[in-house]
Amino acid sequence: MSDALIRFTGVSHRYRDGGREILRDTDFQLARGEMAFLTGPSGAGKSTLLKLIALLERPVKGEIVVDGQTLSKVRTRDVPAHRRQFGMIFQNFNLLPDRTVFDNVAMPLIIRGHSGDDIGRRVRAALDAVGLRGREKDWPVTLSGGEQQRVGIARAVVAKPRLLIADEPTGNLDPTMAAEVMHLFTRFNEVGVSVLVATHAIGLISRLPYRILKLEDGLLADARAATGDGT
Amino acid sequence: MSGAKRVSTAPTAGSRWLLDHTRAIAATLDALKRRPFGTLLTALVIGITLALPAGLYTVLGGLDAASSGLKGSLRASLFLSDSLDEAAGRALQATIARKRGVAEAKYISRDAALAEFRTHSGFGEALDILSDNPLPAVIVVTPDAALPKAEAEALLDALTKLPAVESARLDREWLERLYAILAVIERLVLLIAGALALAVLVVVANTIRLDIAARREEILVLKLIGAPDSFIRRPFLYTGLWYGLTGALLACLMVVAAGLSLAEPAETLSGLYGAGNGIAVLSVDTVFAVFGAGGALGWLAALWTVGRHLGAIEPD
Repeated sequence: MSDALIRFTGVSHRYRDGGREILRDTDFQLARGEMAFLTGPSGAGKSTLLKLIALLERPVKGEIVVDGQTLSKVRTRDVPAHRRQFGMIFQNFNLLPDRTVFDNVAMPLIIRGHSGDDIGRRVRAALDAVGLRGREKDWPVTLSGGEQQRVGIARAVVAKPRLLIADEPTGNLDPTMAAEVMHLFTRFNEVGVSVLVATHAIGLISRLPYRILKLEDGLLADARAATGDGT
Repeated sequence: MSGAKRVSTAPTAGSRWLLDHTRAIAATLDALKRRPFGTLLTALVIGITLALPAGLYTVLGGLDAASSGLKGSLRASLFLSDSLDEAAGRALQATIARKRGVAEAKYISRDAALAEFRTHSGFGEALDILSDNPLPAVIVVTPDAALPKAEAEALLDALTKLPAVESARLDREWLERLYAILAVIERLVLLIAGALALAVLVVVANTIRLDIAARREEILVLKLIGAPDSFIRRPFLYTGLWYGLTGALLACLMVVAAGLSLAEPAETLSGLYGAGNGIAVLSVDTVFAVFGAGGALGWLAALWTVGRHLGAIEPD
């Protein structure tokens, strides 16, 4: 139990406006250092599950623990601090268009109040890790979709979080770029970062040796246990 | 990833604060510079709004300073009856001068009065037509400055009732009227300043509101990646502060420019009243007040707007 980084116990959720139950009595764990995929048809609740982890939503029922912290006990004003504990990656990249690649990646460090030297060093290291060294001064719009998503990943890892959460990170990418992005996640997992990726790109992930969780009608099932430990 | 791997570069609270604010200052100044026209337009509206009360206040200060030379001078001019010859007049002057509470009594003979009138009035030639001097002799009495106002007035009142005195004029009356008018204007300036302060609040609040709307996406992203509200709010507060301070700078420049263009006629005016020299320049106090008011109003307006609108922007 103590080695679970994320633990859902009996979590149910429905949105206030819609009557349908998105998650029904969900139990689920992600171990420290584990990488797993979350799949299922559109609207099955993949995004909802990630939103609950990020406290973008609070569950109607059940308990969620992330890195030892029971989320129901996190007060609204402490939500930003909770979100700073992990890196988030989005389908639409969510880059700031009026800032350079460097400034986008630096943002989490600026929020945390790091010094300029430290930021420069870490941002270059993060961009190096996603293969975008030397693109610091570029503007997001001048980059391809795959490159933009890699900027998004650099931003998510720049503060060296223990956990990465990605919501359909390859949804807007062509297959080659999508494969590159997935490969990046496995690389970060290799150095100990836990990774949870919501995706419907079954073809892309079925070849990878990680646990696949399937959400359907609000119910979560292990579609496949991990075939390797990811190291 | 183990905790040991996480490099600790946590800065101290003080340096962290300084760094956060330095960054917000640099970022907001940079953002304002990138759209100079819009910034200047907003600042100009604030500037005009602040310049009006500041300018009126400066004019008031000028009138106050110009008349301060006359302020303590409770004086009476006693116009002597023509039946009194010069020797009797001088004797009366000496008697008055010895009275308790009189600081000075100055005798101006009919000839001296005529000479003075000829030099200052510009009617010199007209006087030549007259066969004899129409002007009376005058004793100008100045009471002791230490004398309480009521006693001084009573003293002058008694002097004007002397049989040799045909008529008298208290120099203070017009001054008291002037002060009464100034007091009314001063109150009016305060009211105008209050109304215009409200206008500055609204102008800045509206500009910041539009700014928040334009940066909605950015705010959402910042909230998603864990930026605390204080971090998101800070640039808007500084932007409000810059608008206010830039407006204050423009207001001061406008008041100085107005002062310069008014300097010449004002000097003529004050010359006519024999008062101080010209309109007062913008005082240091007023400059501080304008910058203080501008900065505070800009900041408050931003705080108010951000409080109202930022909470409504939440990622979903």
